[in-house]
Amino acid sequence: MSNNIKFLQGNEACAEGALYAGLDFFSGYPITPSTEIAEHLSINLPKVGGKYLQMEDEIGAMCAIIGASLTGHKVMTATSGPGFSLKQEAIGYAVMAEIPCVVVNVQRGGPSTGNPTHVSQGDVNQARWGTHGDHSIITLTASNHQDVFAMTVEAFNLAETYRTPVILLFDEVVGHMREKLVMPEQDEIPLVGRLRTDCKEGVDYHPYLPREDGRLPMSDFGGSHRYNVTGLYHDMWGFPTDKPEAVRELCRHLVDKIENNVHSITRFKEYYLDDARTIFISYGSAARPTLHMVESRRRRGERLGLLELQTLWPFPAGLIREKCADARYIVVVEMNMGQIVREVKMAVKSPENVFLANRIDGELITPVDIRKFLRIIQGKGA
Amino acid sequence: MEDKNYIRERFFPHIWCPGCGHGIVLNNLLRAIEQLKLKKNEIVMTSGIGCSSRISGYVDFHTLHTIHGRALAFATGVKLSRPELKLIVPMGDGDALAIGGNHFIHAARRNIDITAIIMNNRIYGMTGGQFSPLSGYGTRATTAPYTNIDHDFDVVELAKAAGASFVARTTTYHVKEMADILKQAILHKGFSAVEVMSQCPTYFGRKNRLGDAVDMMEHYKNSTVRVGSKKIEKNPDLIERGVFVEKESPEYCSEYDKIIQKAMGTSA
Ligand SMILES: Cc1ncc(C[n+]2csc(CCOP(=O)(O)OP(=O)(O)O)c2C)c(N)n1
Ligand code: SF4
Repeated sequence: MSNNIKFLQGNEACAEGALYAGLDFFSGYPITPSTEIAEHLSINLPKVGGKYLQMEDEIGAMCAIIGASLTGHKVMTATSGPGFSLKQEAIGYAVMAEIPCVVVNVQRGGPSTGNPTHVSQGDVNQARWGTHGDHSIITLTASNHQDVFAMTVEAFNLAETYRTPVILLFDEVVGHMREKLVMPEQDEIPLVGRLRTDCKEGVDYHPYLPREDGRLPMSDFGGSHRYNVTGLYHDMWGFPTDKPEAVRELCRHLVDKIENNVHSITRFKEYYLDDARTIFISYGSAARPTLHMVESRRRRGERLGLLELQTLWPFPAGLIREKCADARYIVVVEMNMGQIVREVKMAVKSPENVFLANRIDGELITPVDIRKFLRIIQGKGA
Repeated sequence: MEDKNYIRERFFPHIWCPGCGHGIVLNNLLRAIEQLKLKKNEIVMTSGIGCSSRISGYVDFHTLHTIHGRALAFATGVKLSRPELKLIVPMGDGDALAIGGNHFIHAARRNIDITAIIMNNRIYGMTGGQFSPLSGYGTRATTAPYTNIDHDFDVVELAKAAGASFVARTTTYHVKEMADILKQAILHKGFSAVEVMSQCPTYFGRKNRLGDAVDMMEHYKNSTVRVGSKKIEKNPDLIERGVFVEKESPEYCSEYDKIIQKAMGTSA
């Protein structure tokens, strides 16, 4: 057992989770605070026969993993704000061409070069809407290393299940903090492999014709089925088309395959919600001080609870509506100017009961900060 | 016997204008592949965005039509993840050397076994005739109405300096030479860069009063010479064609295999 306990950085926990999930191709470009992921994988990927590729920029890295995914590999790239901005066009390509891949963004302060060595959660909306055009996307996050590991594995599973890029939105505090990770045993967390077509060689294979269950079996580049992959609107052969009905159908498909499965994609944790009058909603490193504060005030009899989101997109509006139905106050704790709070307001019946507790100076929000916000919200003064 | 029909007839007619040089490149590329007796399943063609990049849709290989300028980056991922595949990357001059210039020099520097074909028509064809980095000083384009003040550079010199281990140039007039060079480039182990001067009569030709496609190809005949020709001493404006570099140097995927051996502790 003791063999399976590691003490490491969140970034390393992410890299370990990826290896557990079967990652065998990583491409990246160094950037703080994500670089340790690349370093860890440059050491450990070739040990298992995998490939580490350092490209000339983040755009190239994103493109390279898409190419490698098409040959049948599990792929990932990792970056932070400026690099995440650069990757957006190619992320959209992966959305359109339905290529499974995992994109890690260890958030730092932005915009621009911003606050490189400090924490922020300012890229939540960029993860959702960063690439142009209508689409949907999956984004997961985590507040501790055990969950970083688990969510990384989940990201690979969801990428394969839905044939889509999945964004892992971590942050500087989680990425750089060191804490314990209990390495799961082999087979402890189920893995989703590539769904490959059972069409025989010589039989027409349609790369973009969904099965009855909506999934699209793939065929490895270099295998027996040759087909076209494009970022243009395309037909079931993968050949470009601008026929209105084909365009409409594909656009719908790209959004529906994710939005219609919010329930299966949603991951969350809840603490003391049963009798909570005030419900905090938080995620990533901000969820840690929030939980601390909730637990310490509970001891004094305050009916506080925490809903920690791990799936940020597609937004679990139904879950929030249900969990917050009886809450007097709903306080969203996040380290930005209010990105998830907006979604929460749209999700609940009484948006006037929803408040933001935030910190945007590059420092981790503290239990004291959150408590101050709560007192103001409750009309008790600062 | 391998199926010799390399064309996806279902996807025709093609989008190119009458007289466009890109169709000639397609023809000779397929001729080269046929002569090399390559199997369709072992070829991956990746391309970016542009008139030239549309080639990938028409050929019956594994084809990856990507985003503007990034074809070589996608190709690098395909190749390193599956080194036994043959990667062919046709690109426009804008695609390869403006937006994609960085990927071009770095793919050359890595010497990864990819064949890059730069179909140089000295213009942005697909977007309607704006000047490209290869248009050259004094030319005209829709965005250079008073003549172009941007200087071009020499693709061959760039590829050489960046470390490509096979570098060649040819034109759409010299079709036999083109097929031969493409054969050598595909067989070469390492990064090969082939510049093909390819006419865009619709925009570059019209804007610069160069006549029709036939006139433009005549011009390729008259303005170029075989590499090493004495004629260039008398007329330094002549452009050399042929193979400029063909050397053995360590190929990226093979080098990475050694890294794997080192990491696994199976090498000395
Ligand atoms: C990021 C991005 N910028 C701009 C464009 C618009 N665009 C499409 S093709 C092209 C240039 C095409 O010229 P070239 O690569 O020389 O190929 P040609 O069409 O001449 O064969 C441009 C600018 C684009 N598709 N994507
Ligand atoms: S615009 Fe120029 S490059 Fe494009 S198809 Fe027409 S002739 Fe060819």
